[in-house]
Amino acid sequence: MSALLQLSGVSRHFGGLKAVSGVDLSVERGEVIGLIGPNGAGKTTLVNLITGVHPATTGKVSFAGKDVTRQKPWQAARRGIARTFQIVQPFPEMTVLENVAAAALFAGGMAYGAHAESAALEHLRFVGLADVAATRAATLTLAMRKRLELAKGLAMNPQLLLLDEVNAGLNSSEIDHALTLIRAIAARGVTILIIEHLMKVVLNLCSRIVVLHHGELIASGDPQSIVRDARVVQAYLGRRYADASG
Amino acid sequence: MKQGVLTGLALLAILCALPLGVDSYWLRLGTTMLMYGVLAMSWNFIGGMAGYPSFASAAFFGLGAYAGAVAQKFGLSMFIAWSLAGVVAAMFAAALGFALLRLRGHYFAIASLVVAEVLREIVNSATDLTGGGKGLNLPVPQMASIDDQARFFYYAMLGVAVLAFSAVFATQRSRLGFGLRCIRQNESAADMLGVNVTLYKVNAFILSGVFVGIAGAVYASWVHYIEPPDVFDVLYSVKAIVMVLLGGAGTLYGPLVGAVLFLSLEELVWRNYISVHTGMLGLLIVLLVLFLPKGILAFRPGRA
Repeated sequence: MSALLQLSGVSRHFGGLKAVSGVDLSVERGEVIGLIGPNGAGKTTLVNLITGVHPATTGKVSFAGKDVTRQKPWQAARRGIARTFQIVQPFPEMTVLENVAAAALFAGGMAYGAHAESAALEHLRFVGLADVAATRAATLTLAMRKRLELAKGLAMNPQLLLLDEVNAGLNSSEIDHALTLIRAIAARGVTILIIEHLMKVVLNLCSRIVVLHHGELIASGDPQSIVRDARVVQAYLGRRYADASG
Repeated sequence: MKQGVLTGLALLAILCALPLGVDSYWLRLGTTMLMYGVLAMSWNFIGGMAGYPSFASAAFFGLGAYAGAVAQKFGLSMFIAWSLAGVVAAMFAAALGFALLRLRGHYFAIASLVVAEVLREIVNSATDLTGGGKGLNLPVPQMASIDDQARFFYYAMLGVAVLAFSAVFATQRSRLGFGLRCIRQNESAADMLGVNVTLYKVNAFILSGVFVGIAGAVYASWVHYIEPPDVFDVLYSVKAIVMVLLGGAGTLYGPLVGAVLFLSLEELVWRNYISVHTGMLGLLIVLLVLFLPKGILAFRPGRA
């Protein structure tokens, strides 16, 4: 009962397509857990089920002991479930500061006014965007937008942070910076579920990895056992990767 | 902020002083401008701030006009009838909003467009209550002279305009206004960030209806006689939108500037090109969309 997030037999069908089927997953408080799988495995759909974007066709989603299967995205946000998007979603005409202030205001439960802005600035300092606080979000580079997503996620004051490919499209030094940030966020006690294609990132950060394939959870375990798991190698990593790391 | 308040007060002082020493033509034009100012400022809530292209202004206007007229037919005093018209319009907007604001973009626009038509047909058929196609007469307020009456309705419309303006001012500086800006720029992201998007949109829709309803009731008393095709005219919706686009969507003064500019143009065109004036109006709309998508106020000097 101590699990922060509990999925029991969760499925989601789109017409005849089973995007996610029968997933059981429990995430403990303070865990950093990696979700991997090939393209189209249903990873983003699973995040959408957790955040209320799509309701589950069958099964149950509980968060902090409460049944949240039917929640709306804004309710998930206020309950403490924050997410970043694979395709970044800023408010383009607003300043970077306003973007983060919006997160602090509506999800973080802060009152409208200067207080929310100073809290937002604090988060921008943390991710290293304080210098561009007053520029329009549309003008940021991709790496900066990914960091803006992180700052927004933090401003929502989450218990659970879902990171959907925050490192996709970044170069190696930008990834190192992102890794440092994510570690610092985890050190604050935020539970993190990270979707990632880069094994370097997952192996570096996560205490546990779960693998999704054709919508089903095919493996769950510590990083070392996952990279040796025959089904995972078959479905996702490929023979060569297993040989190299074995 | 302080400068903004001073500008507003100065503008109000000018508007209050205007009826002194102008003839009835200008007084009528001024009242009309204030009325359309209310329509434009109201559309700004849903269209400018939330980004939902509503064509429901005519529905709120006609509903307010008939609510006020019917209330007075049953013996309520004029001011109470006007307030009641606001309440009716607000409640109607709330119910309609929960139904229609699930739709986005063009779908919402089309759905909001037919609302006035539906209401017009209902009013047409409810002959016992509304007089149907024969229209409805309203009691003429007892005053010393025609000029006094004209001045009275100018100030009444000014009062509604001040209410609407204050609501825009307050909304832009509130959580609601901020949430609406989020919705306009990226509705799903706003949802993800904890904005209760349905509730916010419905609130914007209510604000876009309530003052229009009151203005409709004031209009009905002003002209003493209303009929369905007059008060449910789709041009109330279209003109309000054009005015906001002309002045600058989502801004504080844009809708007012747009209303004054548009009606001035219309007066000139109407007088000089009486047979082609609707064509000129259409041309204006096309030019506006092509060359001034952000409105006149975006042209302010010294602004990047």
